[in-house]
Amino acid sequence: MTGPFDFTLRLGDDALIAAQRLGEWTSSAPEMEEDIALANIALDQLGAARLLLTYAGELEGAGRDEDALAFRREDREFRNCLLVELPNGDFAVTMAKLFFLSAYQLPLYTALAGCADERLAAIGAKARKESAYHLDHSSLWVKRLGDGTEESHRRMQDAVDQVWPYVHELFTPDPAAPVDAATLRAEFDATVDAVLTEATLTRPETSWAPAGGRDGLHTEHLSYLLAEMQVLHRAHPGANW
Amino acid sequence: MYGNDFAAPEDASGGGLLGEVEAAETALREAAARARRGGPAPDEDLEAYFADVIDADQKIEPRDWMPEAYRKTLIRQIAQHAHSEIIGMQPEGNWISRAPSLKRKAILLAKVQDEAGHGLYLYAAAETLGVSRDELVQLLLDGRQKYSSIFNYPTLTWADVGAIGWLVDGAAIVNQVPLCRCSYGPYARAMIRVCKEESFHQRQGYEILYALSHGTPAQKAMAQDSVDRWWYPSLAMFGPPDGDSTHSEQSMAWKIKRFTNDELRQRFVDMCVQQAEILGLTIPDPDLRWNDERQSYDYTQPDYDELMQVIKGNGPCNRQRMEHRRRAHAEGAWVREAAAAYAAKRAEKKEKVAA
Repeated sequence: MTGPFDFTLRLGDDALIAAQRLGEWTSSAPEMEEDIALANIALDQLGAARLLLTYAGELEGAGRDEDALAFRREDREFRNCLLVELPNGDFAVTMAKLFFLSAYQLPLYTALAGCADERLAAIGAKARKESAYHLDHSSLWVKRLGDGTEESHRRMQDAVDQVWPYVHELFTPDPAAPVDAATLRAEFDATVDAVLTEATLTRPETSWAPAGGRDGLHTEHLSYLLAEMQVLHRAHPGANW
Repeated sequence: MYGNDFAAPEDASGGGLLGEVEAAETALREAAARARRGGPAPDEDLEAYFADVIDADQKIEPRDWMPEAYRKTLIRQIAQHAHSEIIGMQPEGNWISRAPSLKRKAILLAKVQDEAGHGLYLYAAAETLGVSRDELVQLLLDGRQKYSSIFNYPTLTWADVGAIGWLVDGAAIVNQVPLCRCSYGPYARAMIRVCKEESFHQRQGYEILYALSHGTPAQKAMAQDSVDRWWYPSLAMFGPPDGDSTHSEQSMAWKIKRFTNDELRQRFVDMCVQQAEILGLTIPDPDLRWNDERQSYDYTQPDYDELMQVIKGNGPCNRQRMEHRRRAHAEGAWVREAAAAYAAKRAEKKEKVAA
């Protein structure tokens, strides 16, 4: 069973952790244009995270704001999917992660925009426009790398193989949630298949479907990510910035 | 939900400079509207024509004849400026992952993104002088062109992000506002856009320091420590004193530069003193005092030997900054090659369809 708080927190955590990973690319991208694009997408994800976490805090009613939720929870309390916490790897891994994430977030936010909860509907309406841009950008790179050089094809296929198992967690059925992610799977598959085909890439066949993020059971990567993200905030309890 | 979602503290700073940017923009439009000579007469001396355009405060445009030394000086200056924006992403980017609140993280991300954008405008302005961005980037990577010495200092605490905004961006604006009236049109126009965003960044940096200096004792100490470390390197950003400046005289005659290094440095000091008072922070110069006769502050000069060492490559972070830039470039090569190969395949397909 999922209450609106858990659901909102999950989406907020997905966006927050995705933003943190994308932000790590700053000044390291292969092209200056891509530095701008990655920062832009990180900023969109962070913007969505702030709206979602703020609302989650209100739903919880325990006085936690966006910063309390972002900076003062332990990794066992985070509810993000495992996909977003995976390390950036090379540019192909980053693009594979972003492609799968945005192919999931676009139908999710679109469905959210029509849900009964007005706040979530408003957040969905704003975020889906941004997700459409993220999907466009990542699809283009998946195609460029997949159908680029031999080297880039090899790397892009490796990246897809590496990341693919983590997408199953995104579609765990949850009929009680404002949007049941399981209902989004068909659209996700259609988007992914079309892009991978055009990119001359193969969708992996694997039965391994790691999960646990929604229950706070993460990979070993998350704790390091949080240690870095929270270090300054935790060093100055109660301070304003 | 990011960027300008805070109220500026009263008398935040730099307001007069933004007014100057707007005035320069108006002047630029007026100069464009004034009937400008279409070009030199068939038998007219090109140098005389060029001098005429400069004297009339008109802009030199890419299609115009210009002295080779003017072109070279501009390429060097604009490229160095572009490189500084790109290298300048590193010291601030260093704190994105650790920013202490989500709002601050968003503002910092947006700022670093703006810097990459400024780099792109400026490379585009340099390209109008007949050099390619790839060539310029290679000159940077080979260490044959410089970037601003200030980015060779480390960001050791969060307060440094504030000090960079307030002092470093502040110094950059004081330096760049006169460039909005520079005689080379594409550079002047780029500077107008850049200065508007920079003045916004400066206010954000000031805001960070204001929050710290009005926060806990530990926060205030952090703010003071960072101002102590960034003050003199910021003063040094204006370059060597007028007597030692190699490019100044010619640049002023060509109306690329409009004020000397020392004039701009003085303007910066005068601007900062009052702002530091509002912040409740001390400028680390015991000899800083108002000079009634000059109607300006007397201050201690930065250590120019240190500046020369940093420019030569021996600052605290020169090696690290260059290594980072080279690594990003090298590790991204396969991605750029893939994009080029993909574009070539697409173009070929299109041709086949058309045939």
